[in-house]
Amino acid sequence: MSVKSLVSISDYSKEKILQILEKASAFEKNPNQKILDGKVVATLFFEPSTRTRLSFETAVNRLGGRVIGFADASTTSGTKGETLKDTIKMVSNYVDLIVMRNPIEGAARYASEVASVPVVNAGDGANQHPTQTMLDLYSIQKTQGKLDNLKICMVGDLKYGRTVHSLLMAMSHFNPTFSFIAPDELKMPDEYKMFCKKNGIRYEEHSELSENNIADADILYMTRVQKERFTDLFEYEKVKNIYILKNSLLEHTKANMKILHPLPRVNEIEQEVDENEKAYYFEQARNGVFARQAVICDLLGL
Amino acid sequence: MEKDIKDKKELKVAALRNGTVIDHIPSDKLFKVISILKLSNCKCQMTFGFNLESHKLGKKGIIKVADKFLKQDEVNKVAVLAPNAKINIIKDYEVAEKKTLELPDEINGSIKCINPKCITNNEPMQSKFVTIDKEKGLFKCYYCERVVKSEDLIIE
Ligand SMILES: [Zn+2]
Repeated sequence: MSVKSLVSISDYSKEKILQILEKASAFEKNPNQKILDGKVVATLFFEPSTRTRLSFETAVNRLGGRVIGFADASTTSGTKGETLKDTIKMVSNYVDLIVMRNPIEGAARYASEVASVPVVNAGDGANQHPTQTMLDLYSIQKTQGKLDNLKICMVGDLKYGRTVHSLLMAMSHFNPTFSFIAPDELKMPDEYKMFCKKNGIRYEEHSELSENNIADADILYMTRVQKERFTDLFEYEKVKNIYILKNSLLEHTKANMKILHPLPRVNEIEQEVDENEKAYYFEQARNGVFARQAVICDLLGL
Repeated sequence: MEKDIKDKKELKVAALRNGTVIDHIPSDKLFKVISILKLSNCKCQMTFGFNLESHKLGKKGIIKVADKFLKQDEVNKVAVLAPNAKINIIKDYEVAEKKTLELPDEINGSIKCINPKCITNNEPMQSKFVTIDKEKGLFKCYYCERVVKSEDLIIE
């Protein structure tokens, strides 16, 4: 297919990433425009994700476009028993762009092959969720004034967390230093550490979220440590309280440091941290609208 | 005397007039090679040797296919499973060409993704793997992006 889509963050070059971030910044200054006037966007959510869907739909609505779609495939008889290919072919006839979330991994890549309009992957199982990465990058750039030469601390589930993997790949263009802080069972997989070595990216590994280990971070990227990920529940009991961020841990961090989290959080960031000026996760979510406006308009050549 | 005994231990596989010989296949890979080349759908005459004595491999497998000349993309599929196999094209009882095995850049079909949540295992469609490291034998599912070592590939 010659139609452009956004399936994986690696579909974007460094230049493209910077171009999209610039576009996102323009949308932040002026989020209500009529540039999608007359366009229809489908949001096909084969599994529910209210947060992501509302963000995409807000992005389209603020630009004057219209949205059709479904929020949960199990309530949509029209898609039952039908192949993904047939659903995508049908919807392609109606809309200018498809936003799809699907628990099946690789579904977005396949949809982009069979669709006659651009497809934006809004999450395909444990695989990719590139607009999350774009809003993370946008948040980093906005709070630090740059993307280059930053120290990024990633905390929590670094084994299964797709957001940290995609962020690692995307940040690799900007000479970062990484610190991976995770319990032994949820360490950063070897393939990503090999990727760092191959590309001359410095990283350190720690198994404890301590004041010392985050002292020189510019970005503290928190993720949730889920009980279900542990084969050994004893191991979970041991680590569950070490990975909770409290104000007391933040006292000696750098003044420019910001805390990001892809949300939803459960208990890995104490409520008291919300009032800390270093907390950025709610603004981060707001940035998602601008990043998605930029991605959609870019794919439509607008 | 000793030589005679050794000769008798070697199972003779019929000579081939025209066709392809795939030799030095590790025994445990023989049936996978047959499968990846889809030889069971082939009408040609074939001889398979299984668990033959081999100094190098311990037990080896051999495939002789009459009147079929493997093309380079088929040779490359064999490389996925048995990188040290020897493939010779035979014409009129003579070795007409020795094929060089090289991992393909891409494998379409024949391999099943190990990820049960992969779209290729949930839709009537062909799988596709991209070779990401020829030396280490690492392959990536083009769709779910799962990376698999060559020994863990599931051949359909
Ligand atoms: Zn796959």
